Amino acid sequence: MIRTSISEAAIDAAALLAEVTTDATGATALFLGTVRELNDGRAVTGIEYSAYTTMATEELQRIAEEAALRFDGLRIAVEHRVGTLALRDISVAIAVAHARRAPVLETSRFIIEALKQRVPIWKRERYTDGDLRWVDPTTQAVDTATP
Amino acid sequence: MNQLQVLLFASYAEAFGASTVTVAVPESATVADVVGALRRLPGGHILPAVPLVAVDRRYTPGLVAVHSGQEIALIPPVAGG
Repeated sequence: MIRTSISEAAIDAAALLAEVTTDATGATALFLGTVRELNDGRAVTGIEYSAYTTMATEELQRIAEEAALRFDGLRIAVEHRVGTLALRDISVAIAVAHARRAPVLETSRFIIEALKQRVPIWKRERYTDGDLRWVDPTTQAVDTATP
Repeated sequence: MNQLQVLLFASYAEAFGASTVTVAVPESATVADVVGALRRLPGGHILPAVPLVAVDRRYTPGLVAVHSGQEIALIPPVAGG
């Protein structure tokens, strides 16, 4: 089972968990990316996410399909939000379930890393001083804590 | 010459001042030729050496030929997650 979406709707993490969990799954991983208050040392008040929606939808689905090829029996639900998000809002949720834990943890990691490299989504941060800036990961210091 | 429409997003749309631009390229043009034409437009100086381009919603390398009727998009560095 695979379901992916790009949407302006708020992400309901509990609903994603319920969607992937069945009587046959013994392990479920839920990855959430949330808006944090500091980026590159600047105080952030919110983030505007935008996307090339048609391609982002297709690319996210391709990533989930590639992930599903790696283990039999995976159940995957991924949602990425666009629009204006506030601190602590969930920007991305990845729920993965399987009979065993290893496929679940590996798949969750695979999807978030591929998503960050390939899905055409952009974010513009709004800072406390009112300044706005497009985030460009290719010019930022590597920060493994970034969701 | 072919008139090709190119979709722009985020920081690129801001730099070019538009969400779509039209470029004139030869019939046999490649993705790299389209990028070259974009670079000559006002705002084009901000493009990196090899910007990402999608043709029909898939990343496409510079040597691939493009045709009118295809959906061509210039993709700024992505920042999802």
